[in-house]
Amino acid sequence: MLELRDITAGYERKQPVVSGVSLTVGVGESVGLLGPSGCGKSTLARVAALLHRPEGGMVVMDGETVRAWRHRAPRELRTAFGVIFQQPRLSADPRLKLADLIAEPLRATGRRTEAAASVAQWAPAVGLTADLLARRPHEVSDGQLQRACLARALVLSPRWLICDEMTAMLDASTTAALVQAVEDYRARTGAGLLAVGHDRTLLERWCDRTVRWSELREATGQAGLPDPAR
Amino acid sequence: MNAQDTTAPLLSVRGLSVRFRMRGGGQVEAVSGASFDLAPGSCLALVGESGCGKSVLASALLGLLPGNAETAGTAHLAGRTPDEPAVELLTASEQQLARTIRGRRVGLVPQSPAAHLTPVRTVRAQLEETVRELTGRRGTRSALRAAAEAAAERAAFPLDHLDRYPHQLSGGLAQRAASALALVGDARLLLADEPTTGLDRDLVERTVDALRRHADDGRALLMITHDLAAAERIADRVAVMYAGRLVELADATDFFGARGPRHPYARGLLDALPDRGFTPIPGLPPELGALPAGCAFAARCDRATDRCTTLPALSGGVACHHPVGEPATAGALVKEPGRARTA
Ligand code: SF4
Repeated sequence: MLELRDITAGYERKQPVVSGVSLTVGVGESVGLLGPSGCGKSTLARVAALLHRPEGGMVVMDGETVRAWRHRAPRELRTAFGVIFQQPRLSADPRLKLADLIAEPLRATGRRTEAAASVAQWAPAVGLTADLLARRPHEVSDGQLQRACLARALVLSPRWLICDEMTAMLDASTTAALVQAVEDYRARTGAGLLAVGHDRTLLERWCDRTVRWSELREATGQAGLPDPAR
Repeated sequence: MNAQDTTAPLLSVRGLSVRFRMRGGGQVEAVSGASFDLAPGSCLALVGESGCGKSVLASALLGLLPGNAETAGTAHLAGRTPDEPAVELLTASEQQLARTIRGRRVGLVPQSPAAHLTPVRTVRAQLEETVRELTGRRGTRSALRAAAEAAAERAAFPLDHLDRYPHQLSGGLAQRAASALALVGDARLLLADEPTTGLDRDLVERTVDALRRHADDGRALLMITHDLAAAERIADRVAVMYAGRLVELADATDFFGARGPRHPYARGLLDALPDRGFTPIPGLPPELGALPAGCAFAARCDRATDRCTTLPALSGGVACHHPVGEPATAGALVKEPGRARTA
């Protein structure tokens, strides 16, 4: 179980973008978090993925309280999460070939020798063909690069997937293909999913349950906070 | 609806092709032989996935292609008054495009309003500057002010927000400010390039409704988008692009309604929507630099036959040898349409 308890987080002192929000994702469950852009849901997703340290509250993963974030977090905790963001170009090193991009987490964790076999396994799972693996990000489309970023997120076999607006820039067919790849992975591994987005139709079709950001805030008693999206 | 049937087109595109010369001698055919008409008062949505050539087509119409591009075909912008004679967009000089076309007769509603608004200046200052550019510094202060406010009103941008800076605006108002800039010159043809990317659904709806009003005011609107829901909401007609070619040109009511798309790719695209089948089209689109002979969709198509190794021409609104909704020809398909795949 992944529990976010009473999380307060932000980027400037005294100006939290998330304030006292709680959310739980059960084992193997998929939860859609629906909200307008700029509402703070991406910040919450980053907290959940241990990429952003909250100012208040607790993250509890499978009963274990998280005490450190980012590079300070223990490796077993960090690698339990696979994260995919909205804009693949911002999260992909432009110098890397797609094959190396997919294998990046393996190299970072000292498992370089597994790279070739892993890439051969994951590239077809996300619909990438061999010729694309030799290209660099500027030589492929957004959709193809996002497929590579998904493979990179899966390569360490995470127990939790955090998809932050994974398909917001993509066409309908690529969206359906990426969601299918995520769901195939989850069916095989039982991984849990937190999918953050603004498209209600998509999240309701994709996830076991969908919660609205506004409900989350009301439930946690902070209806008084101005809605920054307005 | 169907204004294009009764009104003379404002924009007439025939056989438009755009080819890029690549380093190393290769060529990429980004757009091949696109033909369509666009009448005042109507909206054509050009849909397709990223990299299919639809944005290149828009850049060609605005004369904004990079130096290694070659164009063929024609794009005729009809004249309205002696001041606005008919013009051939593909062969017009850069000077003519800059001085008399872009912003004045063809307005561009940009993909990302943030990129088109200067962060350090108020919306009013930017509108007035655009007015000054377009009118060549003629007119008094008050005329300038009035013209800027008129543009804001056309885009439904609230006048009491004119003195704000871009970062003080919500996403919706920033999009309207960018639209106001596009409308300063009162262009009759509007090109909207992915105007809804990354916007929330209700903002998408408000943005496309605002664009629709500009068409209802008598402008011609070409909206380029990968967002089929936005296209459905706004368009009179839909043009589907795949691997640089228009593969279907249909009435929006038919396309999104009971009849549905006739081209297998267009069908697949619609069926991928989460409120429809949510089923991806298998495979990936081909490289524009290495297109197969024949139909570019063949490798992904469940209706493909031997005939598909020759390029299908666009006829009757669809470029396909075996369009959906037509009886299969002489033994080409042996099973139920949509399932058959002969050797
Ligand atoms: S049936 Fe043939 S021509 Fe039509 S889309 Fe399929 S492959 Fe192309």
